[in-house]
This record gives sequence, C-alpha cells and structure tokens, in this order.
Amino acid sequence: MIRVVLPAHLRRLALIDGEVKLDVPGEVSQRSVLDALEASYPMLRGTIRDQDSKRRRAFIRFFACEEDLSHEEPDSPLPAAVVNGAEPFLIVGAMAGG
Amino acid sequence: MSGVRVLVGTRKGAFVLTADGKREQWEVSGPHFSGWEIYHVKGSPADQNRLYASQTSGWSGQVVQRSDDGGKSWTPVGNKFSYDGTPGTHQWYDGTPHPWEFERVWHLEPSLDDPDTVYAGVEDAGLFKSADGGDNWHELPGLRGHNSGSSWQPGAGGMCLHTIILDPARPSRMFAAISAAGAFRSDDSGETWRPVNRGLHSEGIPDEDAEVGHCVHRIAMHSSRPEVLYMQKHWDVMRSDNAGESWREVSGNLPTDFGFPIDVHAHEPETIYVVPITSDSEHFPPDGRLRVYRSRTGGDEWEPLTAGLPQQHCYVNVLRDAMAVDSLDDCGIYFGTTGGQVYASADAGDHWAPIVRDLPAVLSVEVQTLP
Repeated sequence: MIRVVLPAHLRRLALIDGEVKLDVPGEVSQRSVLDALEASYPMLRGTIRDQDSKRRRAFIRFFACEEDLSHEEPDSPLPAAVVNGAEPFLIVGAMAGG
Repeated sequence: MSGVRVLVGTRKGAFVLTADGKREQWEVSGPHFSGWEIYHVKGSPADQNRLYASQTSGWSGQVVQRSDDGGKSWTPVGNKFSYDGTPGTHQWYDGTPHPWEFERVWHLEPSLDDPDTVYAGVEDAGLFKSADGGDNWHELPGLRGHNSGSSWQPGAGGMCLHTIILDPARPSRMFAAISAAGAFRSDDSGETWRPVNRGLHSEGIPDEDAEVGHCVHRIAMHSSRPEVLYMQKHWDVMRSDNAGESWREVSGNLPTDFGFPIDVHAHEPETIYVVPITSDSEHFPPDGRLRVYRSRTGGDEWEPLTAGLPQQHCYVNVLRDAMAVDSLDDCGIYFGTTGGQVYASADAGDHWAPIVRDLPAVLSVEVQTLP
C-alpha cells in the first residue's frame, strides 16, 4: 500500500483523518498515485494538480524520503521506500501559498 | 416565527448567523471550511435550504460547496471551470496581452426558480452555469467572447466578474458586471451580451466615455422595478432607469463617491444604501468614521447613518459583496468589514449593532429571510 500524507486543509476537505493508504496498480509514480488518490477522493480533483493539464499547482510540493520530488517527471518511478510503504509520499502546501 | 440567516464569507472560512424576526439574539455557526477564503455564500430563492459556497485557496484553487440543509452540512460539488474553446487573451495591467486564466469564483447567483441552476462569476472574467446543483459547470461564452473582450483589463482586485443580476420580470434578461470592463446585459438567457455603460465616465482610461473599460464595483436592482439599476462605480454612484441603456450620476452630497457595495431597501425601491470610502488608495472611511449613507430619493440626496457605528479611529473597508438586506416588514440591512465585524440594522439603517466583531476579514454577506 502507498502511504500519502495530505496538508491539513485538504484532509478537512476530503474528511480524512491521518494518512491515506492507497492501492496503486502498475508502476508507482506521482501520476499513478494522484490518479488513485483522486479516484478515491473526487473532491480533491483540481486541488493538487490542474484537472486538464495535470500540472502540479504552483503552491503544492511533493516530498518523499527527505527529497523534493516536485520537479520530477510525473511518470518517473517514486523511491522504493514509498513503493514498499516504508515512507509516505508527502503532498505539502508551500509556505508561501496561503 | 420568521427569522433571518446571514451567510458570511471571510478570508479564513464561512460563518452562518441566525436570529428570529426580532434580530436581537444571534446564533453563530462556523467557521465552516476553516482556513480557506470564502468569496461568496448564497442561498437559492427557490429553496431556502439550498446554499452554494465558493471556497478558494492560494494552495489548492477552487472548490464549490453545496448545502441542502441550510448550512448544517456541506458537500463539495464540481470545481472544473474550463473556458469554452481557445480562451485567447485580455489586457494585462500594463496593457500587454495576457492569456485568460481561471483564478477563482467571486460570485454565485442561484436561479430565481430552480434550486439546481446556479451561475458563477469568475476571475479571469467569465460567466459559468450549472444546471445540476453545481456538479458540472459550462461557460456561457458569449460574454467573454464579446468583441471587446480582448481589451478588458483587471482592476486592482483582479479581472473579476462580481455581479450577476437575474431579471424577475423577464427571465431571459440578465446583467453582469466586471472590474474593469463595465456592465453588460443579455436579453437571451446569457447567449449574447452587449455593454451597457453609456453615461459612465472614468478617468484613468484613454477614452473616458468608452464603451468598455469602466471599473464597476457593484450593481443593485429592486425586484419590483427591474428597469431601475443602481451602480457603485470605482468613483461615482450611478442610476439607470432603462435597464442600463443609459446612466446618470446620483452621487449628490456624498462625502466621497468612491466605494464598493450598493443595495436597495426590500420594500422601498427608491431607498438605497452605500458605504463611502475615502479613495482608491485609501480604502477606509473618510475621517475614520464608519457611515452608511442612505438615499430615500433614489440617489442625489443622501443622509449619513451613524447610530451604533464607530465614529472615530475606524479604518476598515466594506467590500463589494459584503452588504445585503432582508425582507422582513422592518427591512434589515447588513454589512461586513475587513476588520471582521458584521453589523446589522433591524430598522432600515437608523440603528446598528454588531452581530459579531472579530471574524476574519469579511468578503461577502448575504441574507435569507426565513418563514
């Protein structure tokens, strides 16, 4: 299972308490994780990435394993520690965003 | 017993304020959607329990919420606002072309007779419609596609479509206002539009009497006389007696004719309210005195209403969507400030008292009169 941590304002929007655990089919990438997340929580569509272009919103960042993955290609594989569930995929509101 | 429900949007959440018809004791619910900017909350005239809210944030963009129980519970609905076709460009602040980009929903206007139909005025200026309770939105592209669209440019707050008025006597007629493009009217249910700005005069644009380019801040109508419109422009308070075909200034003896909101008494269509603000760079009341001005003559002659409002050291603003009226026998007037106060008058403005004093900055105030 893939572990995803959302910022507090999106947890409230999606009525999520704590981490999200997702079953992500196929290769685990930013795109496949976000596809699975939005399929489970449709109210998150458009709040993390644009609904048409799928581009990450400017004030949202993606971290994992103490690395900033925000500028990785959407289809690049996520680190093995995220894939095996040892580390969460962090979706973070940038400090300048609010 | 009758009552009122005041719907307040703020910089950090929504609040619902309720009272019985006396409007003396208030219950405060909220914050709803805490931490998000709530640009507007409005109830359906056809179903008092159906509410819509525009929820936005710098981090996560636009969410639209719907309530079917008068604001006790909410459900996120559709938030995909895609401009029709290739959006093209409008003018940026410096006059250069800038692509149309959706930023947020400023104003939600539910249909007069169908709770599932609602219009959204958005930044960058466009008009959207949902016929399924907000689940899906489509643009009415005739407005943005007007041949003047490429010349529109943003006001200081962004290029927002902030006012939508539905004509109760002619269901196919609607009005929209955009900062800083001006007022527009459709007579075919939003399919086609034309500017209705004749008589407006604006310094700061190359042609001061141009067909478009005016920074209209708010338009108000009384449902019994839909041909009469009142406008608070960037500078000037204006009036039209022919559904926008022409306007004349009615600023009269106001201490300053800059301001944002304008509204009409529920039972007296010639009684109107504004909140004069010092200037476009000084967004606070003149002399630090918060005064609502009332005209009982449809403009020109104004009286200050001060009882219960701070008359010294007050430097708040009242934004364009932050004034509303109820329709009880003694008409109630409400407005919210950027200092977080929501003031109410249960006697048409003669006396005021704060319902709440310390909310986040108030962006919008709407009122529902409950049976």
